[in-house]
Amino acid sequence: MTTTEPITTTIFRRPKSETGFWSWITTVDHKKIGIMYGYTAFIFFLIGGLEALLLRIHLASAESEFLTAADYNGLFTTHGLTMIFLVVMPMSAAFMNYLLPLMIGARDVAFPRLNALSYWIFLFGGIFLYSGLLFSAIVPPLGNEGVPGNLDPGDARSFGALPDGGWFLYQPNAGGAFSPSNAIDFAVLGLQILGIASLLSAVNFIVTFFNLRAKGMRLLRVPVFIWMTLVVAFLLLFSLPIIAIALFMVTFDRQFGTLFFDATAGGDPILWQHLFWLFGHPEVYILILPAMGIVSEIIPVFSRKPLFGYAAVVFAGAGIAFLGFGVWAHHMFASGISTVAQVGFGLTTITIAIPTGVKIFNWVGTLWLGKIRLATPMLFALGFLTMFTIGGLSGVTHAVVPSDWQQTDTYYVVAHFHYVLFGGAIFGIFGGLYYWFPKFSGRMLNERLGKIHFWLWMLGFNLTFAPMHWLGLQGMIRRTWRYDPSLEFWNRLVTLGAFIIAVGLLFFMWNFYVSKRRGTPAGMDPWDARTLEWSIPNPTPAFNFAEVPVVHSLDEWWHEKYEEDKAGRPVRRDGAEATIERLHEINTNPPHPIHLPNPSYFPIVMAAGLPLIAYGIIFHVSLLGKALIVAGTLLSLAALIGWGSEPLEEAHVEPAHT
Amino acid sequence: MAFRRLLLLGALAVVLAGCSVIGIPDSPLNSLDPEGPFAQRIDSLFWPVFWVATAIFVLVEGAVLVAALLFRDRPGRKEPRQIHGNNKLEILWTVIPAVILAGVAVPTVRGIIDLTTCGAGAYPVEIIGHQWWFEYRYPEDNVETATVLVIPAGREVCATMTSADVLHNYWVPQLNGKRYLVPGQETTLRLQADEPGDYRGQCAEFCGLAHSLMRADVRALSEDDFAAWIESQQRPAAEPAEGTPAAAGLEVFVNRCTQCHTIDPVNIVPADAFNGPNLTHFMNRGWIAGGALVYTPENLERWLANPPEVKPGSFMPDLGLTQEEIDALIAYVETLQ
Repeated sequence: MTTTEPITTTIFRRPKSETGFWSWITTVDHKKIGIMYGYTAFIFFLIGGLEALLLRIHLASAESEFLTAADYNGLFTTHGLTMIFLVVMPMSAAFMNYLLPLMIGARDVAFPRLNALSYWIFLFGGIFLYSGLLFSAIVPPLGNEGVPGNLDPGDARSFGALPDGGWFLYQPNAGGAFSPSNAIDFAVLGLQILGIASLLSAVNFIVTFFNLRAKGMRLLRVPVFIWMTLVVAFLLLFSLPIIAIALFMVTFDRQFGTLFFDATAGGDPILWQHLFWLFGHPEVYILILPAMGIVSEIIPVFSRKPLFGYAAVVFAGAGIAFLGFGVWAHHMFASGISTVAQVGFGLTTITIAIPTGVKIFNWVGTLWLGKIRLATPMLFALGFLTMFTIGGLSGVTHAVVPSDWQQTDTYYVVAHFHYVLFGGAIFGIFGGLYYWFPKFSGRMLNERLGKIHFWLWMLGFNLTFAPMHWLGLQGMIRRTWRYDPSLEFWNRLVTLGAFIIAVGLLFFMWNFYVSKRRGTPAGMDPWDARTLEWSIPNPTPAFNFAEVPVVHSLDEWWHEKYEEDKAGRPVRRDGAEATIERLHEINTNPPHPIHLPNPSYFPIVMAAGLPLIAYGIIFHVSLLGKALIVAGTLLSLAALIGWGSEPLEEAHVEPAHT
Repeated sequence: MAFRRLLLLGALAVVLAGCSVIGIPDSPLNSLDPEGPFAQRIDSLFWPVFWVATAIFVLVEGAVLVAALLFRDRPGRKEPRQIHGNNKLEILWTVIPAVILAGVAVPTVRGIIDLTTCGAGAYPVEIIGHQWWFEYRYPEDNVETATVLVIPAGREVCATMTSADVLHNYWVPQLNGKRYLVPGQETTLRLQADEPGDYRGQCAEFCGLAHSLMRADVRALSEDDFAAWIESQQRPAAEPAEGTPAAAGLEVFVNRCTQCHTIDPVNIVPADAFNGPNLTHFMNRGWIAGGALVYTPENLERWLANPPEVKPGSFMPDLGLTQEEIDALIAYVETLQ
């Protein structure tokens, strides 16, 4: 193997480190980016979880003084924002980044530097959102001198100013007149920044999906997780512009005195709800579809059967996404929208249960007559299946509009969406973590600890969220700092459950820490899996595939190992071990040099400009603010120029193949 | 052995929990206890759907459990046949749920249509949401009150609602579902209680710091009692005799409270100005501060001494009232029947 001689063409020196701190800062490798998404999201998961525990400690008694009302409002707002935008979305992005190229037999995503830019924007956006704790201040409301009274939400706070208008930022409560503290601006502009990250990823994944699939991987040979990645990318592409515009409108209302949502000046607070949920409902599917993709990979592997009704599962996913754009006003059944709108949105909401049901039945169909191994990934996948079903069914009761008038804004809804987003998305994601952990670490997570984690979570999760159905039906409203003393018993049970979840998570963290260092080496294909990412060694080599695979069928890797006998039962192919041996060898010692995209400083620099601009907008009244806007813009522009002047791959002298 | 002891402890805990659950009274906001025709209609929609959902729940979860037990990988178990799917089944489990859901859709649509428009001859009231109290107006009888909505039992009440500031949400679970109060818009809500009685209500839309303390209680009175109540509300407050503590209280009220609070015939705060509750018949309500505190002289004293302490974010500031002023105000307020 001859080393290639790079010819430097750029003005600035290019980063060279392949290990250590700078290699991570400058990486454009989808695997490293995926891992960074994962770790970052996990830290936010701990923060969001801690917020939930504080809320639950407070709610352990009806007349609790543990938190002030202001702190309580801040914590439930950031808990929601964190879990949605800084945990479930980026956790899903971690899997998509890591697995999309591996599962379609590609070397990287279509735009590796854009991928790095997405991550850095996400990281800075998340930090920005929380930086309100340090930088927020009370600013005078714009054009509302007439409102007397104690508007100062800085009173009686102990956490500094967290955004406190609810993650849904309903207007006019989250507008300048009623929330004059700029804490809300950190949420508004933070979401704006995070949206850019997601939008870039969406474009990147769509192009990757359509252009970089290995030879022979026709559309209906693409693994379901990758299909769901595509569907989610389209959901992001179509829904994020809506929230971007809505957030700009709020920013202008709050900062520059426009009156889009100010009813006293002819603005419309309900317009915000339409815009928000027109994004917000597709967002729900953005959160759940990746987990559906993950379990669609896990269940067949641990049942040793192909996914039942593959095409139906794929089309149902796309169908859910499509219908997901037509159901937004079911979040607003009580808001006084017209009778016709309530009927229409009630009916579309009912319809969405059909493709969801199709998915569930097909997963059960996959289990049926299988040979089921209850390893930890499978336990989590079954946890997903059983818990998500409950969330789906309580969702149907919301589609019964008059019934929703009773349940909306109560803990019944809190129960419903936690069954979907925790019992669904988070269980699915952790199933994925157990399943693909060997892929990025080369080792196995400990099964015993994994099972303890799973059962603690099943117990804690149900103890936390099942009683909430009852609490809601008993009239406990959401976002409430006080509640009727008759509900104390159930609330204590819920708080107990939340702590069991926390203990379960500790087991996971311990497992992760120990297994990462001393876990059983995984070998190449520890689960006897079905898809291409398991046809290469663990941890994945930097270049992914030394030899780009050619795909002949769905579940390509399985069919390289197994053929079917007359009864349709799998029989190990004679050459299977030799194939594995050969793939291991060429991917460990590639027979010829492989050129990878060069690392770059510019994505992180470009991303760094955005929060500066956002700080500038918040403090635009002062000279410092104006300077920050200019500085941020210049920084991003400079990075853009540098980026443009730097080819993705340096020219290299191709050594003669011998 | 340790395991068995643990099991015993667990069983004991379950039994104890079970006992205490049986002993728990329903919450006053229980949405499963309809006391009027509209809430009743919703209740009769909820339960059939609940049981259908329960049946599907049992079916799916049962199938998963059975599969996990029956088809578990055990020594000697043969490799499974590689079944890729079954189109007949796909059609079946698309069509059957669709039919069931159509069955759910029909009564849903009828329910929406029947429940959203007020009936002819309903008694009109106006509800205005404020941070953090509800204002009630009776346009037919020229009455204005707050915190507790008094309605005639056995008769439909049609509430036309709006908000003076942010979104609020009027919810009396035993009488109907929720409806927002939206600034700059009007929404309607039908309310009817079959029997006289007190029905607990609550603002259900997050509306800021004191959201959880914003009550929306309804008191239903028999036809006669309601007529008498209306008449009592139409009377202006009596002027306290000179030299009494109440007269001193009136003076404090005039000096300190009239910017926000109306007492007929002492003063009128214009409707478009920033408003606190009309206090003309304060004692009739039984609540202080939009429902944050039940009325007792001690509670009123606490409230007057420092309102934001009692109700986070309260727009009524700490006026720095002296103990004499507070005592005088309480004496006066107690005359406002």
